[in-house]
Amino acid sequence: MSGRLVRAVASSGAPVRIFVDGAEVTAYAGESVLVAVLSERDALRQHEFSDERRAGFCLMGACQDCWVWLADHSRVRACTTPVTDGMSILTKPPQGIFQP
Amino acid sequence: MIKVAIVGAGPAGIAAADALAAHGVAPVMIDEGRRPGGQIYRQPRPELSLDIAALLGAEAENYRRTHATFDRLKDQVDYRPQTLAWGVEDRSLHTVRGKLAETIGFDALILATGATDRTLPIPGWTLPGVFTLGGAQVLLKEHGCLIGRRVVFCGSSPLLYLAAKQYRQMGAEIVALLDTTPFSAKLAAAPALAAAPGTFARGLGYMAALHRAGVAMHHGVVLRAFEGSGGVTAVRFRTQRGEEVTLVCDAVATGFGLRCETQLAELAGAELRYHPVFRQWLPHADVDGRCGGGLYVAGDGATVGGAEAAALTGTLAACAVLEDFKIGVRDIDRAGARRRVARLRRFQRGLARAFAWPAGVMSDLDDGVMVCRCEGVSAGELRGAIRAAFGPTEVNRLKAITRCGMGRCQGRFCALPAAELTAQALNLPLEAVGRLRAQPPVKPLPLAVTLAENAPP
Repeated sequence: MSGRLVRAVASSGAPVRIFVDGAEVTAYAGESVLVAVLSERDALRQHEFSDERRAGFCLMGACQDCWVWLADHSRVRACTTPVTDGMSILTKPPQGIFQP
Repeated sequence: MIKVAIVGAGPAGIAAADALAAHGVAPVMIDEGRRPGGQIYRQPRPELSLDIAALLGAEAENYRRTHATFDRLKDQVDYRPQTLAWGVEDRSLHTVRGKLAETIGFDALILATGATDRTLPIPGWTLPGVFTLGGAQVLLKEHGCLIGRRVVFCGSSPLLYLAAKQYRQMGAEIVALLDTTPFSAKLAAAPALAAAPGTFARGLGYMAALHRAGVAMHHGVVLRAFEGSGGVTAVRFRTQRGEEVTLVCDAVATGFGLRCETQLAELAGAELRYHPVFRQWLPHADVDGRCGGGLYVAGDGATVGGAEAAALTGTLAACAVLEDFKIGVRDIDRAGARRRVARLRRFQRGLARAFAWPAGVMSDLDDGVMVCRCEGVSAGELRGAIRAAFGPTEVNRLKAITRCGMGRCQGRFCALPAAELTAQALNLPLEAVGRLRAQPPVKPLPLAVTLAENAPP
């Protein structure tokens, strides 16, 4: 499976170049990080305390199960954060960084 | 002028702001969303060519009216989107937007914090592709996205039928609609549902439309598992007649009614009381939403009520603020609003019977299933802690021992199931095992924040 989500409506948003684990992915201005990643991938992130992969759950900023890492070691909640051009998203914690 | 802060910009928050502005009071409105509307009236992002009126159908007029009201108010309210209200103390509301922290003093605080889906831990519920029912709708409304191509809608909620209809309309294949409440319970609830005949008729209409479209609908099922490795690929359930059925799908939308967002109300000093119909703890307020101490609650954050009740209770809460600060209320039919709210409350109690929480199923839950999806705490770990010598008989102690409810979501999705599991393990009534106490911050905060320029020293 490639993308988990299905974009069912045309968008006039400008294409935005983002990177998911280093690979270039095209998203659209105005989309959330969650929509951008899950339209191309089948999961969003590695769960911190198990070997499970996660893809968000509530999609409205409550369950906090869609936090992903950015290449600058910051973290964002994917369902409420809009994509920006050049954004580099990591679906696993950056190596060597302790993040509780 | 009195300082009023409103948290939430759904139908309740917008109605409250409207009533205040009409009396010359300009509130601050804190909204976590990027645009007003809340979850129910979530707006499509501007770049999207989504026909929201066609998607919402009978709800489109209320959507239009709510947003027209906000547009009219824009210059009279201090609207702050993408802003989290994370704590309340001493008539101050702590907020953060991005990395900018600000504390807002208030004379009156109206909490219109809304609700999320109430969910049930079953095997596979943490798999990618399993989403909440409300989330599936929000994704469609804001982003024009479907959670998958072949979707199972399951749980116990009137929104199952609406969401399935909307998904079908937008091109998804509805594999099946699995309702855990038997059809007989719906018939038994019909007299109470007749309290809001229009809404009742709309619900029946959705059901009939799905039936005409040939969508498989099963009532009185037991959800056994969401199956798959690395992502959901099937739903296994037991029919009311006892057959085991497995359906192939690539996405699941699931919900069991609403769970009210009460954390800020609790931090602001509201007394929480157990509600036996909704099986959760809700802020105690008078008929207009007054909790005392300058705190007011409205909408689904106050009690399960729906969009129409949300708007009415938002208006009533704003009127209560005006009255308490000696501002005469003009041109608002408060008595009429209270009567309508009372009818809608009766309707909601009917809905809670027609779409019941499957009480008792937590005792059958496999030990291996995660109850707390943040911290990865399983049903077996909870039971082990409860059975230990001097084990906890109350959920805050259970949290301290197991970390269930200590994760990022702060118990939003595990607290109610953990309480049900505890009560069933100890053979106690649900209210006897208590509720998880709210802690600030109610959602994660960045560690590096900058104080706003006007912050007090």
